[in-house]
Amino acid sequence: MIGEWLDIGWLDEIPLRGSRVIEVADGDDIAVFRTGDGKVFALRDRCPHKHGRLSQGIVHGGAVACPLHNWRISLSSGEALGEDQGCTPTVPVRIDAGRVLIQRAAMLAAAA
Amino acid sequence: MLIFGQAFASGGGQADPKAAVAALSDDAEICGCNGVSKGQVLACIEKGACSLDAVRDTCKASASCGSCTGLVENLLALALGEEVQAGPRTMCRCTSFGHGDVRREIVAQAMRSIPEVMQKLHWSTPDGCSSCRPALNYYLLCALPGEYVDDQQSRFVNERMHANIQKDGTYSVVPRMWGGLTNPRELRAIADVVEKFNAPMVKVTGGQRLDIFGIRKEDLPAVWADLGAAGMVSGHAYGKALRTVKTCVGSEWCRFGTQDSTGLGVKIEQATWGSWMPHKFKIAVSGCPRNCAEATIKDFGVVCVDSGYELHVGGNGGIKVRVTDLLCRVATEEEAIEHCAAFIQLYREEAWYLERTAPWIERVGLAYVQSRLLGDAQERAALAARFLHSQKFCQDDPWAKRAAGAEREHHAPMAIFTPMEIPA
Ligand code: SF4
Ligand code: FES
Repeated sequence: MIGEWLDIGWLDEIPLRGSRVIEVADGDDIAVFRTGDGKVFALRDRCPHKHGRLSQGIVHGGAVACPLHNWRISLSSGEALGEDQGCTPTVPVRIDAGRVLIQRAAMLAAAA
Repeated sequence: MLIFGQAFASGGGQADPKAAVAALSDDAEICGCNGVSKGQVLACIEKGACSLDAVRDTCKASASCGSCTGLVENLLALALGEEVQAGPRTMCRCTSFGHGDVRREIVAQAMRSIPEVMQKLHWSTPDGCSSCRPALNYYLLCALPGEYVDDQQSRFVNERMHANIQKDGTYSVVPRMWGGLTNPRELRAIADVVEKFNAPMVKVTGGQRLDIFGIRKEDLPAVWADLGAAGMVSGHAYGKALRTVKTCVGSEWCRFGTQDSTGLGVKIEQATWGSWMPHKFKIAVSGCPRNCAEATIKDFGVVCVDSGYELHVGGNGGIKVRVTDLLCRVATEEEAIEHCAAFIQLYREEAWYLERTAPWIERVGLAYVQSRLLGDAQERAALAARFLHSQKFCQDDPWAKRAAGAEREHHAPMAIFTPMEIPA
């Protein structure tokens, strides 16, 4: 189906161990992360704790540390790690010839 | 119930700290950040948390700002006696080295990057964590002024964004006002920014600056451009850095003033702004011992007297208020500025990341600091010279660079998506 995967830009527009956001009209931002080993993940840009902007956290291993109170959120599952409880919706992403593609329906659901 | 003056309970060489925590009631608040009481900490120790890390993981006490670490350690000691898993304090769970070891090895082995440190010191994680990466970034920056390339992804959000994140995800912006002085041009530019960007609040800070709240991260570069056009630079209110030099009106206006405290404050701020430190660093200059600028609760404080300048170090307000120690008295402004630069450099080179001057001085002792700064004029001059050297690379307004378009990726979204554009 046309438009199922949306092209959001070049992989190297996302800093290594960093993140960029996609603004979704009338919804929450989606944060797109690139880990030290080059994998890409997308999550709603909201911490399950008190809605901290995960895109502004420090990315280490396969997790991001929330900038507000330092919960660690798994980038692959969106689950809080350690003893903390909570989950942020994730969105499938894939890389094609250096471009980052994100699944449209899942992104809209996560941003809603 | 809130516990004030943790010095009594968290050690610092006074009366038995364990007895002090034992005396607290169960509902006494231990961790103010996460609202954890003594009873809750003890309950989590009882359930098997037998180390500081385990307590932090389970009930979150001391997991945020860390200033109640001493209290939690004393509760552990109280509850477990000999069974506490003490061992040397490591930097974080990625390494078995402490901060002191890591700093020493970085210099001894002339290491040049975070990956190199992690590899040579056998880090157990591929790219560290949110505790060690900012520390290593600072240690390298301090060791290699002008050579080390700052790793933005190892900076906490505020330092990466050059503004203070607020709980709603917007930022607050504090332009520098040298010595707390301002003028119509700056005030107009600030007022215009407030209106143009609909900032919901402007507040006078404790450090005599104006703080503009509610700026969106996308708007930060434009805000900085407008402030920069009026001659203002970053106030570093967001950084482990020189924050503010607070002054009183001094001999120019005040009938009690003994020296030009305002003028000296401006000179000190112009010499020290932009420098990265282990933690935030505040300075004040008061024109007489009435001390209207509260110089004796600053990291470095000057109290002017008839015969010259009293220099005070190691004070802070905040959670654990600590009054400064008197470092020495000097006769001239030049000496005051040189001592200030040398003190800052000693702190920059030797304190641990996130250790303010107060706990650092308590750890190493005032006598040690005095011996390094007062024992040998040449050593003091060398410290001051190293500080001024590193300042050459730091006094470069980060706001101006971003306003001119640098590091746009931190502010601009990667993509904007409006669902209506998608064909049905
Ligand atoms: S500290 Fe002294 S000189 Fe400064 S304003 Fe107060 S009374 Fe005047
Ligand atoms: S909002 Fe993320 S840890 Fe609190």
